Parts: sequence; structure tokens; C-alpha cells
Amino acid sequence: MELQKFLSSTTELAGHEGPQDHVVLSSRVRLARNVTGRPFPGRAKKASRVETCEFIQPAIAAASAMRGGFSESMQPLQALDKQLLVERHLISREHAAKGAGSGLVLSKDETLSVMINEEDHLRMQALLPGLQVKQVWQKMDRFDTSLEKKLDFAFDARLGYLTACPTNLGTGIRVSAMLHLPGLVLTDQVNQIVQAVTKLGHAVRGLYGEGTEASGHLFQVSNQMTLGESEADIIERIHKVVLQVIEHEENARQTLLRTKAKELYNHIGRAYGTLAHAHIVSSKETMDKLSLLRLGVKLELFKGLTTPLLDELFLLSQPAHMQELVGEKLSGEERDLHRADLLRKHLAKVKGLKLPE
Amino acid sequence: MTEIVDGQMKKIDLCEECAKDQGVTDPKGFALADLLLGLGAASEMESGSGELECPACGFAQADFKKSGRLGCSDCYATFAEPLEGMLKQMHKGTQHVGKVPKALRQEMDFTKQQQQLEKQLSKAIETEDYEQAALVRDQLRGLDVPPEEPVEPKAKGTKSAKGVKGGEV
Repeated sequence: MELQKFLSSTTELAGHEGPQDHVVLSSRVRLARNVTGRPFPGRAKKASRVETCEFIQPAIAAASAMRGGFSESMQPLQALDKQLLVERHLISREHAAKGAGSGLVLSKDETLSVMINEEDHLRMQALLPGLQVKQVWQKMDRFDTSLEKKLDFAFDARLGYLTACPTNLGTGIRVSAMLHLPGLVLTDQVNQIVQAVTKLGHAVRGLYGEGTEASGHLFQVSNQMTLGESEADIIERIHKVVLQVIEHEENARQTLLRTKAKELYNHIGRAYGTLAHAHIVSSKETMDKLSLLRLGVKLELFKGLTTPLLDELFLLSQPAHMQELVGEKLSGEERDLHRADLLRKHLAKVKGLKLPE
Repeated sequence: MTEIVDGQMKKIDLCEECAKDQGVTDPKGFALADLLLGLGAASEMESGSGELECPACGFAQADFKKSGRLGCSDCYATFAEPLEGMLKQMHKGTQHVGKVPKALRQEMDFTKQQQQLEKQLSKAIETEDYEQAALVRDQLRGLDVPPEEPVEPKAKGTKSAKGVKGGEV
């Protein structure tokens, strides 16, 4: 099946609402698993990786949670397909570089995805909108257990699930929440918060994970340690930390409204002006400005705009989604032109828009 | 910036921006030790000096120095010793307390129960509570028969199997 036909439309994807989504865009759980008796992907020769992939892939695809899903080797996927998957956070950038001997299984609604032969034999991910770390773990846990019937996971009574990298040993879990923190950025408090969260043993990263910068005021908070603590405890701590960050972000937004309303309106009004009227606009500028519009909508300063539209534009503005939409390969400069066209078209359509006075 | 960590002086040069990011300007939020944790305490495993080689996959300690990844699940047994310090530093503990595959759960519960009873028995003997000791001994005898094989006959023990199983799905 063709990937692009399989993927849900951006409208559908952006329409999902979740609890606390004025700050938390999504909650995610990733599990690392390996099967017994086979070298890890980084060590295995190509023939062995292919064989392992052919062994694992059907077992995953046959799981009931994957009914109506998408299952494919990474080899036939085009560069554009892979980039679309990265932009939807369904595969890692590392996995996008893989070919024969690596695979991908996606559930129909794109909330479950399994990378085969990434760094580990299996990297499984469950994704839900808003703050739902506990729910998303339950979903992942059920799926993981359902696979035990078919796959013998490498497990040790003392060290837990055995993973290629010792940093994932034990539970193999990475729980993360994608946070939208424009208030903390605008009030210059975000570094302090990042430091505090890091001190508590959590990692804070940008939009696309490790080593990426925080575009669009988006920050991903996740656990660092995986051994010596149960999944439930790890999740509970992340949940608590995220609740704290939400509170700080809410306070920062209120402070801005109280003490720097003019500056805030200026930021948001200019962001709207640029996106609604520019003819050339980069992806970074778009993300940062859409982020300000999202803040405006959540503070109810903007009548007429909705977050699903903004979230959809955010996704469509990414390079691969831009190219899929236009239907041809585009250079960076061409993308900036098409992106501006897209934004003007959508933002001009918004009826009854009222900017803050 | 200079800081003393474990009696060793560490010096590090930071540009203005990194310094700001690391919170050097805010003395409460900064500890050079955190920054250096990875560097200062290069573990036995990371030094890559050991001669060990994994019998299952041929992975050597020098390979770990290069990639930071192990070769196969058996490597954890091969390199258990050099890994120990690193795991201690990296994680909250070195004993897994999370999820256990269903098929192994029963087996592990059995071992735990046995250990508990043995403890009770020696305590009873110590306190010369022979009545209790006899009771516990009987319980232990009852345990001697391991529980029924788990429902999934495929399940292996805690050690990973070497046999390659292809096309079983």
C-alpha cells in the first residue's frame, strides 16, 4: 500500500483534542525491546538484519491493535515518505535513514507505531493528544503484552529488558510530553524551568527530539533513567513535573496579560500580520509565529481562529508536508513561497477575526 | 570556571551563551559537577581497555568505546562487571523493578516466595521457635514442586536463548 494514501489527512490529525491541551500538545510512551538469540541491529550484518526484520514484522502486523494498519520495509519508502513520517513523529530521524533490514508498522489511527531494527529490534511508540501519560502507558503496556505471545523478549531478572544502549536498560521506557511554553519563553523564565526539570532527572529537548532546538516554543520533557524504578513511578513523576510546568506556564501567561498586555498584543498582532500577508516565509518563522497565534487563541484574544486550524497549518508548513501538498519536489526557496501562499489563503479565509485591541 | 570534583580540579571554558544556558549566572541553578559527570567518571566500560569479548556475538569492549551500544543481549552477562559502575551512575538502581513478561512472572514469584520462606525458617531456628520452623519447613517442601509450566510453552528462563528461531510466526 502506498504510504501517502494510508496516512490520515492533516485536518483529521489536527482535529484531536486532549486534556490540558492549552499547554500539552501530546503524550507519548516509547518502549525498547529486543528478541532473544539475535545480535542487536547495530551489530548485526545486513543479511541477519533482514532475517530478523522478516521474523518480527509479521508478528507485529498481526497484532489486533494493528488491524487495518500499515506494514512495510523501509527499503521501498521514498525519501519524501520517510520525511512525512518524521514530521508526524512516527519514526525517528535515525530510522528514516534506514533501508533494507529495517521496517515499520503503523496502526490505522497512527497512535501506535513500531520501528523494527532501529537501534533495538523493536522501538514501539504510543501517542495520545494532550496530557494523558498514564493512558498512553496503558495503551503501550497492553500492546507490549499482546506481543509476548509471539516474540521472546530478551529479559534478565536483574537488569530487566535488555537494550542495545545501557541508558534504556530495565523498563526500556521513555515517557514524554510535548509542551507549548510561549508564556515562559516571553517572560524569560524558560531556562530556569528547563534547569529545574533537568535537575529532577528529566531531559528537555526540542521539537524533533535529541539535539534539536526549540522551535515554535515547543519543548519535550522525558524521563532519563529507566532502571531501578517501575514504569508507574516513572510516569507518575513525569505527570507531576508536567503539572508543575503547566502551572508555571499559566502564571506566565497571566503575568503577561496583567503587566505586559501591549507587548503581548504586539507580538501576536505582528505574527498574524506576517503570516496573513507574507509572500516568502521560512519554516522556522512560521512555527514561531503560529505558536504566538496559538497562544492568542488559547488566551481568547483572537475570535475566529481555532487551534485545529493552527495545528494543521503547523504540520503542513513542514518541508515534506509542503511538498506532498504541492505534489512536487521543492527547493528551500520554493517551499518558502508555497508556504506563504498556503498561510495567506487559510488565514484570509477566517471570518469574523478580531485582533486584540 | 573551576570546580573541585572528588578532589580533582576540573577546568572548563564556556562561551557566554553556553554559560547562560547552563545557568552560571545563577549560582543556585548551577553545578559544574553535573556538567562533568559524564566526562569525569569515564567508567571501566567506556575506557575500552578490557580484553573481554562476548562469546555470542564477538563484541569487544573497544567496540563499546566507539558506539556506546552493546552487541547482543548476552553482552550484558559478558560485560556485567565493567558495566556495573556505569549503570549505577546512569540509573536510579541496578535492580529492575518494572514490568516482567507474563510468562516469567510466575517463575520469579516462585523464587521470591522461596527466599522469603527460607528467611523465615532461619529466623525461627534462631529464636528456637521450633513449632514455627516445622511449619515453614513444610511450606518450603510444598514449594519444592515448581509451579505448572507457564501457559506459553515458548517462554524461556531469564537467560536469553542462543538458538535462532526463524519463521515461527
